[in-house]
Amino acid sequence: MAGKVKWVTDIEKSVLINNFEKRGWVQVTESEDWNFYWMSVQTIRNVFSVETGYRLSDDQIVNHFPNHYELTRKDLMVKNIKRYRKELEKEGSPLAEKDENGKYLYLARGLYLSDFVPVTYMLPADYNLFVEEFRKSPSSTWIMKPCGKAQGKGIFLINKLSQIKKWSRDSKTSSFVSQSTKEAYVISLYINNPLLIGGRKFDLRLYVLVSTYRPLRCYMYKLGFCRFCTVKYTPSTSELDNMFVHLTNVAIQKHGEDYNHIHGGKWTVSNLRLYLESTRGREVTSKLFDEIHWIIVQSLKAVAPVMNNDKHCFECYGYDIIIDDKLKPWLIEVNASPSLTSSTANDRILKYNLINDTLNIAVPNGEIPDCKWNKAPPKEVLGNYEILGRTTDPSLDH
Amino acid sequence: MKCHRPRVGPGRPFSSCWRPVPAAWRARAGEMLQEESDLSLLIAQIVQKLKGSNLYAQLERQAWASLQRPEIRLESLKEDIKEFFKISGWEKKLQNAVYSELNVYPLPSHPAAPPEHLKEPLVYMRKAQGSWEKRILKSLNSMCTELSIPLARKRPVGQQKELLNKWNEMGTDEPDLSLFRPVYAPKDFLEVLINLRNPNYENGDSLSFRTHLGLIQVPLKVKDIPELKECFVELGLNIGQLGIDDSTQVPPEFFENEHVRIGQKVLAEQDSAAAQQYIRQGSPTALRAELWALILNISSQPEDLLYYEQLKTNVIQHDLLVDSLIYKDVKLTASNDDYYFVFEDYLYQVLLCFSRDTSVLGHFAYNSASPPKSYIRGKLGLEEYAVFYPPNGVIPFHGFSMYVAPLCFLYHEPYKLYQTFREMYVRFFFRLHSISSHPSGIVSLCLLFETLLQTYLPQLFYHLREIGAQPLRISFKWMVRAFSGYLATDQLLLLWDRILGYNSLEVLAVLAAAVFAFRAVNLMEVTSLAAAEAVLADLSTLKVMPLLQIFLFATVT
Repeated sequence: MAGKVKWVTDIEKSVLINNFEKRGWVQVTESEDWNFYWMSVQTIRNVFSVETGYRLSDDQIVNHFPNHYELTRKDLMVKNIKRYRKELEKEGSPLAEKDENGKYLYLARGLYLSDFVPVTYMLPADYNLFVEEFRKSPSSTWIMKPCGKAQGKGIFLINKLSQIKKWSRDSKTSSFVSQSTKEAYVISLYINNPLLIGGRKFDLRLYVLVSTYRPLRCYMYKLGFCRFCTVKYTPSTSELDNMFVHLTNVAIQKHGEDYNHIHGGKWTVSNLRLYLESTRGREVTSKLFDEIHWIIVQSLKAVAPVMNNDKHCFECYGYDIIIDDKLKPWLIEVNASPSLTSSTANDRILKYNLINDTLNIAVPNGEIPDCKWNKAPPKEVLGNYEILGRTTDPSLDH
Repeated sequence: MKCHRPRVGPGRPFSSCWRPVPAAWRARAGEMLQEESDLSLLIAQIVQKLKGSNLYAQLERQAWASLQRPEIRLESLKEDIKEFFKISGWEKKLQNAVYSELNVYPLPSHPAAPPEHLKEPLVYMRKAQGSWEKRILKSLNSMCTELSIPLARKRPVGQQKELLNKWNEMGTDEPDLSLFRPVYAPKDFLEVLINLRNPNYENGDSLSFRTHLGLIQVPLKVKDIPELKECFVELGLNIGQLGIDDSTQVPPEFFENEHVRIGQKVLAEQDSAAAQQYIRQGSPTALRAELWALILNISSQPEDLLYYEQLKTNVIQHDLLVDSLIYKDVKLTASNDDYYFVFEDYLYQVLLCFSRDTSVLGHFAYNSASPPKSYIRGKLGLEEYAVFYPPNGVIPFHGFSMYVAPLCFLYHEPYKLYQTFREMYVRFFFRLHSISSHPSGIVSLCLLFETLLQTYLPQLFYHLREIGAQPLRISFKWMVRAFSGYLATDQLLLLWDRILGYNSLEVLAVLAAAVFAFRAVNLMEVTSLAAAEAVLADLSTLKVMPLLQIFLFATVT
């Protein structure tokens, strides 16, 4: 007789708790026998750490992979993607594989993976490489992001080498090694020609669920959204310090004067699609969305070999994508713990449904899980998720 | 039987056989003569109108330039030029212009009819519109006096520069608008319509099955479902529709692909009439911007951009009181809308220019409304010092900016957006807030809505009336705004496709009735107006075309 699922969480959000309660699950504490733990990224570190970690039993499921940071830390993501690309190029690329009609099976242009991540360097490690690149186009703008932070904290833009002197100085001293993980930054070429709508910059937040990395099974939530800046975009150098112009994070924008609590500066992805199809045409819009799907799949394939594919784990990522004015999508970063705070009523509904559909896939039938199950949910439970990658990559096994 | 001498000239080539002409033939001949003279009157009117247009000047230039061409011969000059126009596509442009005029201008009823009849044939309607206008103007003037703000003033140079700098982001840094209030809201207008009476109509005091139970009490002719089915035949169950047959469950080979192909062909031919017919089945998203421009006969010429820039200059130089009303309206409506908040700044750019555009005054020839007149300070009553205020004669009300907002999904260049909005306004939207007997006027739409409900959903109508929830009180705001802000944008655009396709706003009333029919079960259970409002508060999940189709073609009549 199946008992009730026992759940724990250290993230006090109503969209989570309401979903657990509606399934009739029972709340317990961490020290008791639990079946389902929706944990923060700090906690997953503890669970799988060498000193404090413990073995999970077959009826326990957690919502993170042990080394998710291979994808969700900015520097590691870039490293993995670069490595993946080199491997493909070396192999003569299976991406160049064609079907019976001579058409490329995959969306890659030719043998080379086109860049979908802006040029990025690690600081202070790659400082000299960065300087070389910077000197090639000295009028470019770069964006500095601390590796381990979120919500736009600590991000700033630079357009002069002098603004990042600190990191060059550190590379000369010998004491930087012990501090490097705390102060590690990535510096990326800033996309200063984002697609503007109504004169404003926006980015896309898409949710992607991964139930297993090998074989790769991933699902994209159809109801993503766009986050708009409250202030008109300008690439002018005088406004480089104005975070309301450049950073789309809600955590930042909601402090702006013009932040509106009714719509929260958010648009649905279907609005975006309607706007683009109406003003740019159907083909380029479909191509854009296909490319976005492809980017997501490629990023997951890039980290799949190094990911600890622990059978107790699943993960729901928040992908941040920016579209430039040539309708090319760029992967900015992947979040392991996308915000479950709701900024508007619509937001709350969306996130509630997101968790609901996620749980339906990760914990089949809402019953006590058995992590040995084949992780192939039937189509009916997908809800608003769609299987990712089948049309772009038949090697994915769903 | 009277014999008629056939009029064939001075002599009599025929024999002396006189044949009497039957009365029926005489009547028909009379009709045809009348039609002919109607037609020639119409042609004369259209020619007159087009003579002043840019197209005429272009055609003239083209005709002169064509004399250089080898195929134009002096002996057959007229035919050759006509042929040249046909091949080069200019004839098509002329055709589109004529078609546009036919759509916009009502047919002259009688050559001797005075101009007021073109605006509105019924006296009592004209009078009602006149008093309504007086009220609006009074409200505007008193706001003006209370706040001690002039109706118009020239901006000091410093302010002009400032405005020019933030032309693209007028949404930020808003002035203090707390003292301004909209001149009127749709519900004020509804009260006026409810009190409309035809003094020549006496329906007696006894209630019968013919008694109209709704709020509108004027006897205008409205269509019933059989007539609507004839009118909207392309929305029938057997005919493919965008909004129904392009859903994800239907393979695109069935309808969608072919429909898109035809749409591309229509655009290639640049034929307004064909486009209007085509769009009755809905427009593919990617073709909509161009199709609407074709139907509205908008071609974006350099002159149009210049004209828009000129309007912009007018805005920079002069500050009007209505600007604050526009500002306030945008902030109250579009800025808070999930779909349209992104385009806030475009709305200012369009609406501020719109209020300076004197070419809009032309539509008052067939609008029952008249532009408000104001007098230069100190010269009250002196006609030489009379000006129209605002310059375009249109005073915005609460929700006005929502007419523009959906168009922002189609056009992202302000001047194109502007042109489209202006054309939509002088063709359709003006009818939604002026009192007239026109079948697409708001009065007829309200009556059509109520009659449909009473005839085909009598139980629901009666129930709502009993609990003090007259249906029109809920649906009025939807129709006045042409459903903008109530439906999801993609659905709204499908609805406006049909407005353009049928050159009529009646579809708004039909949709309103269809929405009530759809939610009838829930509505039958409510016991108050507030509860009824709640059932109908959220229309954002509705699919417009299935609702229309079921109501028109699957309702038992």
